[in-house]
Amino acid sequence: MAEKLVIIGAGMASGRMLEHLLEAAPGQFDVTLFNGEPRGNYNRLMLSPVLSGEKTYEQIVTHDDAWYAANGVTCRFGEAVVRIDRDRKVVVSKGGETAYDKLVIATGSAPFIIPVAGKELPGVVTYRDLEDTNAMIAAARPGASAVVIGGGLLGLEAAAGMAARGASVTVIHLMGHLMERQLDPAAGYLLQKDLERRGITVHCKGATKAILGTDRAEAVLLEDGTVYPADLVCMAVGIRPETRLANDAHLEVGRGVVVDDQMMTSDPSIFALGECVEHDRQLFGLVAPLYDQAKVLARALIGEAAAFRPVQTATKLKVTGVDLFSAGDFAEGPGREDIVFRDPGRGIYKRLILEGDRLLGAVMYGDTADGSYFFDLIKQGKDVSDLRETLIFGPAFAGGSKADPLAAVAALPPEAEICGCNGVCKGKIVQAIEGGATSLDAIRATTKASASCGTCTGLVEQVLQLTLGADFVLPTVQTLCKCTDHTHEDVRRLIKSMGLKSIPAVMQELGWKTVGGCASCRPALNYYLLADWPLDYQDDRQSRFVNERNHANIQKDGSYTVVPRMWGGLTTPDELRAIADAAEKYAVPMVKVTGGQRIDLVGVRKEDLPAIWSDLNAAGMVSGHAYSKGLRTVKTCIGSQFCRFGTQDSTGLGVKLEKLLWGSWTPAKVKLGVSGCPRNCAEATCKDIGVICVDSGYQISVAGAAGLEVKETELLMTVATEEEAMEVIAAFTQLYRENARYLHRIYKWVAKVGLDWCKDQMADPDTRRALYDRFMISQSVYQKDPWAEHAATPAEWAPIADLTLRAAE
Amino acid sequence: MTDFIDIAALDDIPRQGARVVKTPLGCIAIFRTADDQVFALEDRCPHKGGPLSEGIVHGSQVTCPLHGWVFDMATGLAQGADEGAVRSFAARTEGGRVLLDAAFMARRSAA
Repeated sequence: MAEKLVIIGAGMASGRMLEHLLEAAPGQFDVTLFNGEPRGNYNRLMLSPVLSGEKTYEQIVTHDDAWYAANGVTCRFGEAVVRIDRDRKVVVSKGGETAYDKLVIATGSAPFIIPVAGKELPGVVTYRDLEDTNAMIAAARPGASAVVIGGGLLGLEAAAGMAARGASVTVIHLMGHLMERQLDPAAGYLLQKDLERRGITVHCKGATKAILGTDRAEAVLLEDGTVYPADLVCMAVGIRPETRLANDAHLEVGRGVVVDDQMMTSDPSIFALGECVEHDRQLFGLVAPLYDQAKVLARALIGEAAAFRPVQTATKLKVTGVDLFSAGDFAEGPGREDIVFRDPGRGIYKRLILEGDRLLGAVMYGDTADGSYFFDLIKQGKDVSDLRETLIFGPAFAGGSKADPLAAVAALPPEAEICGCNGVCKGKIVQAIEGGATSLDAIRATTKASASCGTCTGLVEQVLQLTLGADFVLPTVQTLCKCTDHTHEDVRRLIKSMGLKSIPAVMQELGWKTVGGCASCRPALNYYLLADWPLDYQDDRQSRFVNERNHANIQKDGSYTVVPRMWGGLTTPDELRAIADAAEKYAVPMVKVTGGQRIDLVGVRKEDLPAIWSDLNAAGMVSGHAYSKGLRTVKTCIGSQFCRFGTQDSTGLGVKLEKLLWGSWTPAKVKLGVSGCPRNCAEATCKDIGVICVDSGYQISVAGAAGLEVKETELLMTVATEEEAMEVIAAFTQLYRENARYLHRIYKWVAKVGLDWCKDQMADPDTRRALYDRFMISQSVYQKDPWAEHAATPAEWAPIADLTLRAAE
Repeated sequence: MTDFIDIAALDDIPRQGARVVKTPLGCIAIFRTADDQVFALEDRCPHKGGPLSEGIVHGSQVTCPLHGWVFDMATGLAQGADEGAVRSFAARTEGGRVLLDAAFMARRSAA
């Protein structure tokens, strides 16, 4: 003989419980299911899509009549249970008494009605069931006005649903910002802006005083006197567990019907689950724990061991186009800390709540892609202290799953400049693609983007890929290093267009795949950032190669070379004496004359560097930067001052150029030569930049090489005066600084962008002057002697501790 | 046996950098990562003797300044295609100080 199981309430929790029960023990129970609503179980969470018109009621039904019939469930829908008689084990409804062996209370919750005048008027609804939803659908015609009281999850879904149907909707919220339990004021503001863009009026700090109307609701009056017209008023200010039946039956009731871990009430024959219960002083409003309760109760009913343990839950606002995610616990408390990330420009807000080593909660707005990752960390109670620094950037930054390489370009706004040469923005390129320019060449022809120096080619291709999707196959490219999918050129351009001003910012925004990069990308990024943002970026010494970090060239035995600057290759007896003294004092094993017309002290120990620099500084000399990706030397010949063939003062110009350019950082080393006549004794025509003096002026040629490759310079332009020569050379150096790939010498870069393009830039006086000005801004920061700076802290150059003495003790 | 001795303040070592400790067995490089972990390796690359203390520190790895070998600082093992290892020592931080396990010196003096 089957046991008689009576269930009060056909909601999502009891529906799920029935599924488990009937699967585990078919036929063990004779089930009677009461429901106040005249229908069976449907997915209440999906009422919002029904309200907005994205789904129909039929689509959200989970158990239809056929299902109940097939499973032998006696349905008493539309028949509310009015009393439980525990002594006689019967429930009373309008159809009479129904006996039970076991009883399940699943009465759910009731919407909270604020006690104001007019709350009973027709046209005032709550947001709980299909009747409410249908009332709102009927009222939300275009031209109608509706007021939603309550700016929480449910109220906003109601508002968005009615707005989607064309009604003019106002949300009245008592608190200072929307969804104050999940969001802080800044995120609430982002949400409000989003809703206002959909035509919804939001009134925060609004206390409802009365609902006005004679036969039905006509308007809502606030305490501050504001009146909003309303054909329909929806109250969505909260819910409370529906406990009246349990109360009347004298079961233990707190805020909800009190149950133990097996969902048993204070009466061992009566169980409860869903939104009406209170377990361990906690109430439940989200579906995940209710489903857990359903599983536990099904097992408890058939006598299997099971215990309900509440788990963390996550919520998403079901408003199409609003991306909001929250999970876990957000309450402020002692020992709790927040990590917050904001990007107001893109409407993104992320907040993580930590306690000790564990993540307790997460709120995300605008970009919720990492929601499940954070939710997992919360559920697992994982120690996140190792991840903490970059936790907010999600798994992509933590070295987990791979970030989308197109994400950075996809996030660019239409007005972001892609091609700097021709001033072409992303929107214009997208327009051209949509207009039929579906190849790189076609885009070059229609917009001129990437048609000049070509460094933005990679980005244009990514815009093509984003716009065309699978129709565009990206050519394989050489990435900056294994840490990223971007090329050098893409990274440079994105640093500028996204305004990235630190190495961590670049790594985060461009989806770096490693933590902290590698020895290839870090020096490159450091250079790009200091070249692009001379006034904002702080040079990162730890991202430089040893030679630039220590301002000396390391040798194979770990010793260093010291090379003082000799301007234009000129020196004096005093300088030579100081160099000789230093060489003796520090027992320098080799003194050598370099190819750049200066003297190299080779084999200096690291701990002696500050002292030898100090001595050379005292004699008026500064670092020759013989170690840098920067200006090295300006080699000169005797020139017109002494030479019988000299046409101009080549020595003087060389000194002036070196004084103008020294201290500047460049993608790779830069060497100059200035020859006083075409006999070219300074070998200027195999330098990065060479000047040949002629009677009529100065021939400036560029892109020579005399290293791994040997290459003669090519003429950039001829100018008449020294001043012009200096401006052109500084401007050209800046053009190189701004556009070349890190470690590319000038000849390699010019081969890529074309000499003609460089000539065009130099020929336009405005462009040239602007480049020169930008160069001088950078020099105002970087033209300083590193020797003087570091000689002041000699302790940093010595061993930090000496244990040889301790061992001897 | 461990014999942790106080070497220096953590802040004496730059983040993503290193300082050197002189010992009777040669120099030991003490590294500090971006997230304030410390590691100790012999300051001599097994390839050509380069001073690892002058390498670029990235994550928990360091790249030798001479020829670009990369070592995991926790294990001392060369990464990628290169094969080899550099001796590593236990190091930790405590109250803003860096401590190095100097048991290796004790073993030597006992021998």
